[in-house]
Amino acid sequence: MTRERRGLVLALHLAIIAVLAGLQLVLPPFHHGMVARIMVLAAYAIGYNLLLGYTGLMSLGHAMFFAAGMYGTGLTIHHLGAGVALGFLAGLVAGVVTAAVVGLITLKTVGPAFLIVTMMLAQAFYLATLYFNEVTMGDQGFILAGLHLDLGGHRFALANPAVKYNVGLGLFAICLLGSLWLVSSPVGRIFLALRENEERTRLLGYNTARYRLVAVVVSGLISALAGAAYTLLFSYVGSTFAGILYSIYPLLWTLLGGAGTTLGPLVGTLLMTYVVDVASGITTGYLIVVGAMLVVAVLWAPAGVVGGIRARWARWLP
Amino acid sequence: MTLGPHLLLALLEGTVGGLVLALTALGLSLVFGVMRIVNVAHGEFFMLGAIVAWYVSTTAGSFLVALLVAPLVVGAVAVTADRLVLRRIGYEPESTIVATIGLLYILQQVVLMTYGPYARPVAAPVYFRIDFPWFGYSGYKLIVAGAAGALLVLTWVALSRTTLGLYMRATQQDREMAQAFAVPVDRVYTTAFAVGAGLTAVAGALIVPVQQAHYLMGLDALLMSFVVVILGGLGSLRGTLVAAFVVGLSDGVVSVLFSPTLAKIVATLLVGLVLAVRGRGLFGEEGA
Amino acid sequence: MSESGHETANVSRRNFLRTGGVLALGASLPGPWTARAAAQGGAGPLRLGFQVHRTGIGAVYGRWYDRTTAAAVKLINEKGGIAGRPVEIVAEDDGTDPKRGAEVVEKFATQHKVDFIFGTLFSHVVIASAPRAGELKIPYIVVSEGYHVASGRLNRYVFQPGITDVRAQVTAVAPWILKNLGNKVTLIFPDYAFGHDHRDFFSRVATGQGGAIRALIPIPPTETAFTKYFPRVPADTDVLYHVMVGPGVLTFVKEMGEHFGTKRPQIFGFVDSLEGVDLASPGLEFLEGTYFWEAFPRYTAAGAPAHVRSYRERVGVNDSGASVNDPKDVSTFSHMFGCWETLFVIKRAVEQSGYKKPGPADYKAFVETLEGFQSFAEGAEHPQGPKKFVGRLHQVFGQQVISKVDKRRFTVVHRTAIEDSMYPPEADYTKQPL
Repeated sequence: MTRERRGLVLALHLAIIAVLAGLQLVLPPFHHGMVARIMVLAAYAIGYNLLLGYTGLMSLGHAMFFAAGMYGTGLTIHHLGAGVALGFLAGLVAGVVTAAVVGLITLKTVGPAFLIVTMMLAQAFYLATLYFNEVTMGDQGFILAGLHLDLGGHRFALANPAVKYNVGLGLFAICLLGSLWLVSSPVGRIFLALRENEERTRLLGYNTARYRLVAVVVSGLISALAGAAYTLLFSYVGSTFAGILYSIYPLLWTLLGGAGTTLGPLVGTLLMTYVVDVASGITTGYLIVVGAMLVVAVLWAPAGVVGGIRARWARWLP
Repeated sequence: MTLGPHLLLALLEGTVGGLVLALTALGLSLVFGVMRIVNVAHGEFFMLGAIVAWYVSTTAGSFLVALLVAPLVVGAVAVTADRLVLRRIGYEPESTIVATIGLLYILQQVVLMTYGPYARPVAAPVYFRIDFPWFGYSGYKLIVAGAAGALLVLTWVALSRTTLGLYMRATQQDREMAQAFAVPVDRVYTTAFAVGAGLTAVAGALIVPVQQAHYLMGLDALLMSFVVVILGGLGSLRGTLVAAFVVGLSDGVVSVLFSPTLAKIVATLLVGLVLAVRGRGLFGEEGA
Repeated sequence: MSESGHETANVSRRNFLRTGGVLALGASLPGPWTARAAAQGGAGPLRLGFQVHRTGIGAVYGRWYDRTTAAAVKLINEKGGIAGRPVEIVAEDDGTDPKRGAEVVEKFATQHKVDFIFGTLFSHVVIASAPRAGELKIPYIVVSEGYHVASGRLNRYVFQPGITDVRAQVTAVAPWILKNLGNKVTLIFPDYAFGHDHRDFFSRVATGQGGAIRALIPIPPTETAFTKYFPRVPADTDVLYHVMVGPGVLTFVKEMGEHFGTKRPQIFGFVDSLEGVDLASPGLEFLEGTYFWEAFPRYTAAGAPAHVRSYRERVGVNDSGASVNDPKDVSTFSHMFGCWETLFVIKRAVEQSGYKKPGPADYKAFVETLEGFQSFAEGAEHPQGPKKFVGRLHQVFGQQVISKVDKRRFTVVHRTAIEDSMYPPEADYTKQPL
């Protein structure tokens, strides 16, 4: 990518963040809350996309990373009385550790086997959150009340809509720009090489095992970050978020938005969330609408929304 | 109950469970092997088989008719999905996953809106209780095991003796080569998909008098089928069978000795680890 | 994702994207569905947000919650509404999912701008939604049967005035079980929150009254085959206490019957297992002679009072607890009355507090009035029975019913007094700021 292209891409991403920042001034209260939620979930999708779109590994177990972040943060705050910052850190650490373990286990696993292994590990994780319900409160879950951030002498209540939005925005921006930097870097190019042909990359002398591990860990870290953020902003921790549906969601958001594009995850999350919300206001059978949308997208926009845009008009989009 | 009889019970349950699981998963294995795609809606075909069986049993009053109608109806749904969607996207792996997730949502919702949220039972066509000295056992469950076993044998024979079976095995081994030999690959694909759906629908129909027909019952069937197919190895029907038995029997026996939830956790982890270590499963071919 | 080289259909990708963009844009602008969200200001209909399980594992209950709510609202409006204002129900499906539940609460408060939110059943949805209701400072009145309200873990905006909680139910039936069925009890329960509540509360009450817990048999939530669990029941068990719920219940009962045959211990279950299920279903023959907790007897007893008959008529349920339009459509009779009674409690609280429109002052009056209620008399508004309301717990207490299965029907054998179910209070919401 040329230097000016690089500048253009960065400007585009910064512009999108700026638009999101500005939106909070004009959005009516309901959409304000929805967008805050969407930004956190889009961060989750960004984490997922790093593994699927860029490294070519489709997982059905990312809920365990999201939930690791959620429980790491939630349990530390609830049982150990930690503050928000420490809790958040604990969530990130939990995510890294979980991802490292999973990455090591799956070092040699490819294709459908990777799908199933990650699904099995996530299922075991989910069952464990139910089994250790004395600590985790199982499927019922528990509430984190009165969370606040103390910065520069001011106390910011996380329940405050403006704080919620901007914290969500800040974390999303970090993930978006972070993923942009990563995929444009040499490491990112190795990920792409892994996606295209792992065997060949190894024959070229690269330690594919190490790069795969890095990919899984970074992907898991970002997913855990989203999980930690979600629990801090929405005050609830429960087993449901470790279930298989929460592994399917980022897959859908990423594929719909465009796997292998930095902006795809945001677009996919936005689209799916609003389609569900609008459709459920019209019919009880809104899942049929969602299902039909997926089929239609797959038939006529297989590269996802952003992928389609990239192929048609903007080949320089990362 | 003492250990001996307890293990006998676990063995009985495990055998029944294993055979039903084998029948449920066989369709997925066939589709995996011949078409190289992951059908996330596979569990919903199982569910549909159960629901259709319920409808036919209740209206026509005959469970046997239900057993015949269910695979036909579900097979027709599968053919429709294949023609309308899967063929058009060229069976591309990732797109197929998304498309079948969409199909999953559609099937679930349609059933919810027509059949409803209830879990409805069907009377077993033949009901008797076998009285062991230590416990009673359902005679119908043994019949289910027998029926599943018979169907598995039938499928085996069909695959190894008929032309269609030959075509499927050829396509599975090497698609291009098969095409070069004038095997109608497109139609083989559609047939494989339909047969796969039909097999799992029969499993769902057989199990309805034991469990109930409920619109969310597909998820568990899907998870278990995935496990069995990958554990046994992509493309190996024999592997699927062996894995189904291993899973069915171990599930029963392990839970005799350990707390059930813990047993499930351990079992799930073990499956994941086995797969991670031996990526092609127990019987899978190299590079599958 | 690679592009397929196949023939594309006539709809071009550009059209698809354009339509998608318009859809996304349209969803963010105020549209017809937000038109009615204009503030009412004390005139116009009283709008109640109804959080309901239309899809997901709770869908059976949701269906009957829907019908009961509609019937109650119809009656209320026929009699002039609430404080002279007609009642309008705004329903949203929470999918029996905690994430969606919380989103729906937000939608009710910020987009639909309802006066109050009520409904829902499953605890994880309630617990995930409660913080949002508390943050948005809007009363959230649940029909959930969970102990979480009275436990003090939620917030001052959450109430449960229409249905009793699991702890009260267990507290009421345990002494009867020990006295009439035996005191060596084995519990079989699902290995998640609902089951744990039964395990913990029953163990606590029973051991305090001379009972002995012979064994605890937790069953993993995804289980579909139960035969392997029954061998764990010790041979000297007097009473088998079971609370299996979910689609696998009929299998559970059937396999229980197959296992024990005629040599069975006394068996006590909770009707939660059989809500929406016909007692005459094949496979349930084994339940003959066993006992069940009910909240509201499914089968009409001979001397049933007029208000019970008229309630059944309004909701559309026949004397066997099934829909009058379809005898195979069995109701969730021991839970859905909670919606009816809740709506009448809301009515009383609005009228007594002088509530006019959403806002801190009116909500404060509403909350304090509701906390001040002490009892509700049995009658058209409370057909299940008389109630005592404990303001500091935000929870109502009532009679519990024990029935025996006799010739494929439930026959009431005992009705507990309200006091039998009351446990020492562990929380006090009235001390929390609003």
